[in-house]
Amino acid sequence: MQQIISLLMENKPGALMRVTGLLSQRGYNIESLTVARTLDATLSRMTIVVDVEASIRAQVIKQMNKLINVLQATDVTEGPAVNQELVLVRVRTNQQSRTAVLKEAEIFHARVVDSTLEGFVLEATGDSEKLDEFIDVMRSYGEIEITRSGVVSMSLDNRKLKLSPPIPRGAAPEEVLELQS
Amino acid sequence: MSSNTLSGAKILLHCLQREGVECIFGYPGGVTLPLYDALYDYPVKHVLVRHEQNAAFAAQGYARATGKVGVCCATSGPGATNLVTGLVDAVMDSIPIVALTGQVTTKLMGTDAFQEADTFGITRSATKHNFLVKNIQELPRVIHEAFYIAASGRPGPVLVDITKDVFQGQAQYTPVTEIHLPGYKVYSEGHGGQIRRAAQMMWEAERPFIYAGGGVIAAEASEQLRALVEALDAPAVCTLMGLGALPADHPNFISMPGMHGSYAANMGMTHTDLIIALGVRFDDRVTGRLNAFAPHAKVIHVDVDPAEIGKNRHADLPIVGNLARVLPKLVAELKELEPSMRDKNAKTRQQWWQQIREWKAEHPLKAEKSDSEIKPQHLMAEIDALSGGRAIVTADVGQHQMWSAQLIRFNEPRLWINSGGLGSMGFGLPAAIGAQFARPDKLVFSIVGDGGFQMSIPELATIVNHALPIKIIVMNNGHLGMVRQWQELFYNNRLSQVELASFPDVEKLAGAYGFKGRTVERVNELSSALREAVNEPGPYLLNVKVSPFENVFPMVPAGGAINEMVLRPPQPVEV
Repeated sequence: MQQIISLLMENKPGALMRVTGLLSQRGYNIESLTVARTLDATLSRMTIVVDVEASIRAQVIKQMNKLINVLQATDVTEGPAVNQELVLVRVRTNQQSRTAVLKEAEIFHARVVDSTLEGFVLEATGDSEKLDEFIDVMRSYGEIEITRSGVVSMSLDNRKLKLSPPIPRGAAPEEVLELQS
Repeated sequence: MSSNTLSGAKILLHCLQREGVECIFGYPGGVTLPLYDALYDYPVKHVLVRHEQNAAFAAQGYARATGKVGVCCATSGPGATNLVTGLVDAVMDSIPIVALTGQVTTKLMGTDAFQEADTFGITRSATKHNFLVKNIQELPRVIHEAFYIAASGRPGPVLVDITKDVFQGQAQYTPVTEIHLPGYKVYSEGHGGQIRRAAQMMWEAERPFIYAGGGVIAAEASEQLRALVEALDAPAVCTLMGLGALPADHPNFISMPGMHGSYAANMGMTHTDLIIALGVRFDDRVTGRLNAFAPHAKVIHVDVDPAEIGKNRHADLPIVGNLARVLPKLVAELKELEPSMRDKNAKTRQQWWQQIREWKAEHPLKAEKSDSEIKPQHLMAEIDALSGGRAIVTADVGQHQMWSAQLIRFNEPRLWINSGGLGSMGFGLPAAIGAQFARPDKLVFSIVGDGGFQMSIPELATIVNHALPIKIIVMNNGHLGMVRQWQELFYNNRLSQVELASFPDVEKLAGAYGFKGRTVERVNELSSALREAVNEPGPYLLNVKVSPFENVFPMVPAGGAINEMVLRPPQPVEV
């Protein structure tokens, strides 16, 4: 089963590599990955979907939390979380199929973002399964091309984010930080 | 150029001085030229090694002998890639070092410039954390962060890759007064409730067993460990990385557990009902087959790194914290509970001790001796007698390492220096260089095999250069002994590429470098030869020819449970 991991991390060069490195060093293939900055431009939010064996999932999360650039890594597979994805579908149409394609798009709440004589580019959002269905339906109208965004996740948990305070020079680490909950 | 600006190279050296760096192990090159030019005017000591890998190992030797951050330095490209083994080694054993590497000028990066390598990418998984500095303004902050990260929490290596234009640039130097690492979590105190429950569990246990590791040494918590051991009066083992955490002569010290651990240590671990795991990671070399490890035991696991808890073995009671902080609280709780709990299991505990003593007596770790040849174990016993538990001993990797660990006593932490997790051959000699620089007052033995020694020969020049009085003892069995042992036991004795057929005449080799060397083959000369080495004011290279086919026992075969030890060599069968 796919694991969905949500990370809050520093928006710094190499931070992405450290996170993905923990997965690639075990030979895990990343199914999807999205990353973009948060309200605080110095931080990024990343969502990773990856197939990790159940027995080591907790270990992977712990190791991600150990990374110095990672503020918080959370397993949101079991929720509570909203997981959404966006897909762009380029579908070729002829005069006969145009109306039918638009009707199908409407059922999936997809938007037309480009329209030409050759066809449409449709944009749909939803959970991944819904998008799979949408893609299947569109495929029945002929050749299509797609670009998926990968899952973006929003945790609905009220877990407090604990950040380490600034460290004055010369202070022993033990005197400065007490994060044990 | 304003007069109150400094070059990046000078700023770096100011930062290093501010971190209290006394000595850098390094090797110069093209892009670090500006740094080495600046170094010319600074009091920071630089030790010129003969290979960058040895700079990393020497920095580790320095760090392992003192607990301070060791520093190594290399140029871009091959210089940086040569550090990698030493960095991974430091990750595995949680050793605080900072590696400084030069990088090609920013505008050449990514063009396959001369001596360019993606050091930042290559060392990502070879470090606790790494930095790439392309902006001179960031340099002071990054250097301070690097030292802080290396030394705090679970220690480890940090690499700082610095471009040549940063070394050459000019900037105002503003010392860093504060850093902010919002995502870096250092756990220290331990959970009070958990500590209380742990003390309760310890008194309730009938057969408690303390399993202490390198984490105790990293936390400088040896005294506190001793207090715990005595408060509970429980038997204690120290892992390969933890030797010296509890004095070897302490009556509660059993020895080392694991693949080449003692019978008593492994039987104790198998039969205990409570493992008190302190700064350990349940390494496969300790646990043997995991599902057969300590089958009757509950586990209290104290570690500074939350990712170690429950990684290999479920912890019934986890405590995340610094051992130097947690252990005194545990001892206080134990003492508070003592009046009501002391007598609870007094009888079973006595029986437990009785059982441990029987196991110890049944199969003690003792040095074999022979009249006709020098047994390697005999060599270690002689070194032990000279050391008296107080000399620094660095080991390389292989049979000699295991015999040293089994038979040489360490009565203080930071005396036993070896490559535990990674098992890097070529570690022993350069580590001794770092250790001797750190502890000029100490007698330093570097015990190496004839294989590992030949990986480190160039460093004899460094030793002579600095007149380091290191006693290099080559345990020469003419083989890659540990590999040969496995081929013998598990590959039908098909000895493939393990014979080291030629070895230099050490008298001539040491002589060529300008110091004394000697080969000893006869049993009756061993003791005097070792004394001669120790009495020599300078370095000494002693090549000890030992029985070539001796194997390390006890041994837990790979995949075996640790109570399924092979205790002695199989006897020849009459056909």
